[in-house]
Amino acid sequence: MSRKISMKQAINEALDLEMRRDPTVIVMGEDIVGGTGAHGEADAWGGVLGVTKGLHAKHGDRLMDTPLSESAYIGAAIGAAACGLRPVAELMFMDFMGVCFDQIFNQAAKFRYMFGGKAETPVVIRGMVGAGFRAAAQHSQMLTPLFTHIPGLKVVCPSNAYDAKGLLIQAIRDNDPVIFCEHKNLYGMECEVPAESYAIPFGEANVLRDGDDVTIVSYGLTVHRAMAAADALARERVEAEVIDLRTLSPIDWDSIVESVERTGRLVVVDEAHPRCNLATDIAAYVGQHAFGALKAGVQMVTAPHTPVPFAPSLEDLYVPSAEAIAAAALRTLAPTGTTPRSIAA
Amino acid sequence: MTENPFPLSKDDLLRAYRTMRTIREFEERLHVDFAKGDIPGFVHLYAGEEACATGIMMHLNDNDRIASTHRGHGHCIAKGVDVHAMMAEIYGRSTGACRGKGGSMHIADLSKGMMGANGILGAGAPLICGAALAAKVRGDRGVGITFVGDGASNQGTFLESLNLAAVWNLPVVFVVENNGYAESTAMEWAVSCDSYVDRATGFGMPGVTVDGTDFFAVHEAAGEIIRRAREGGGPALLECNMVRFYGHFEGDAQTYRAKGEVEALRASRDCLVMLGERVIEAGVIARAELQAIDGEVAALIEDAVRAAKAAPLPAAGDLLTDVYVAY
Ligand SMILES: Cc1ncc(C[n+]2csc(CCOP(=O)(O)OP(=O)(O)O)c2C)c(N)n1
Ligand SMILES: [Mg+2]
Repeated sequence: MSRKISMKQAINEALDLEMRRDPTVIVMGEDIVGGTGAHGEADAWGGVLGVTKGLHAKHGDRLMDTPLSESAYIGAAIGAAACGLRPVAELMFMDFMGVCFDQIFNQAAKFRYMFGGKAETPVVIRGMVGAGFRAAAQHSQMLTPLFTHIPGLKVVCPSNAYDAKGLLIQAIRDNDPVIFCEHKNLYGMECEVPAESYAIPFGEANVLRDGDDVTIVSYGLTVHRAMAAADALARERVEAEVIDLRTLSPIDWDSIVESVERTGRLVVVDEAHPRCNLATDIAAYVGQHAFGALKAGVQMVTAPHTPVPFAPSLEDLYVPSAEAIAAAALRTLAPTGTTPRSIAA
Repeated sequence: MTENPFPLSKDDLLRAYRTMRTIREFEERLHVDFAKGDIPGFVHLYAGEEACATGIMMHLNDNDRIASTHRGHGHCIAKGVDVHAMMAEIYGRSTGACRGKGGSMHIADLSKGMMGANGILGAGAPLICGAALAAKVRGDRGVGITFVGDGASNQGTFLESLNLAAVWNLPVVFVVENNGYAESTAMEWAVSCDSYVDRATGFGMPGVTVDGTDFFAVHEAAGEIIRRAREGGGPALLECNMVRFYGHFEGDAQTYRAKGEVEALRASRDCLVMLGERVIEAGVIARAELQAIDGEVAALIEDAVRAAKAAPLPAAGDLLTDVYVAY
């Protein structure tokens, strides 16, 4: 059975199904139950934006509130994972990674290699990413490139409810540490999602739209901007192929290269800052492995090299727009093929 | 008028009342305007907690530094940050304290020694150790005050800073603003020790607990430990027990609080009402004098909102500036 649910509900459902299936799955985070120790209603928050609402009633103490001590509880989730549990730890906003990054990149990410392939750390760290929520510089970042840089971490960033459910189920079953990035501005977006359980394998991009003229690659919220750009391009008789990466580490190089070999043109869209991000990574890969297929310089559309501004008037210029993506696609088709510096707006 | 029984002059009492009333009016106005949809983003109100910021900040000058929290409006106002600039910041205008780039959670005014509200819990504690170290190196008798909520007092950064400040004998005061909740989670559950005084003792510094809704209690306790820090006596911890009149942030339905809890706290522990009644009863200040302040403050906040709404938005080019000093 399939029905329309939001990305928030899809994540809730994935957690519910996996907790039912596997008693070693535990879920922890700040206020993910809510009202712990207080005298009002039980299950009062279900997470700061209500993603885990109702799960405590179903799973009791396998859903745990934590003190505001990220390095301690994220580290504990990692330690428990190394000892046979499958913890899902919520880091409310991924920006708080700054507080607990050691446990993630020096510990979880390295156990398997440092211990000669003998350790397994099946932990999922999920949290909100992305701008557009008026949440300002310390609650809005797209830090995905920091995570993809680290060997040992898997990095996921779904663009819709269907993928969020299948990828989270896969993340929980996966035997490596997974950073699961949820764009807060997609939480309310609905799509058809089956009620039953299903897993989407990592490293398989989703081709959302076929086209022979230009390839547009993105992930997360900007996938929707890329789709809007493709609609606008179609009105100008330019057919864009849109690829949603879904997972950033591992990444589906084959789908990207296969598409570029057909279109000869590439636009990479990343909500992260312009230096050393997914866009530069993909541009470099294509330059190395599909140079002969390229008919124009690769175009990158990214957020600017600035923190996320608070003022709505500035934040609206910050995230790559459909117009900027369409303009970049048209530049790959322009005869001169100039490549201006990649900034938003 | 009878003789003044308080350890503050009448002028200082009027100043304290004005500061607390300004914070209250500012926050209550934000509550209303947020509900109308005028204000974007996350807004955490300090209403109910005014006595703490005010009682502490009256001992400080612009040379003393404070590091604030996500619930920072009260700290800003008490430290002398311009109310018009704050309001414009919260409205995301170019005339804002941070030119609209920071917002409610990042208001700062370095010229006033206000090192910023903060979106990261516990982040202010190490920074204020640095501010105190700088004051010590400069030898200017400056002190650093960091505010931390009961919830954020469980951050490693905060606990490490207690030890660092003690080891380096820094002029720092750690103010724990204990309002009983961290978002929806009760302090009773989340903080393992029975008292913050015990925590302070464990880190080798004195700890004091006061009723943070009692302006006089905060003022007196803060005065002593700030003087001690200023004179080289080292760090201390001050716990202020206080009450939160609104939700964690605007939009919080607060179902985790017992029915009637907020109403009861407003009726029995309103620090602003308590200060007003005490000075009137003592015959030091007439009710009409306080009412005059109320009127002036209401006009000030009204003007700040009007000015913020009329102020220009940041220009598109502002998106790319202010990242570096030079690049
Ligand atoms: C490192 C970090 N973790 C979590 C949060 C999310 N958060 C913001 S305020 C808050 C509760 C803070 O409670 P407390 O310290 O008691 O301060 P209060 O809100 O009661 O003033 C939480 C969990 C954050 N901003 N930073
Ligand atoms: Mg609190």
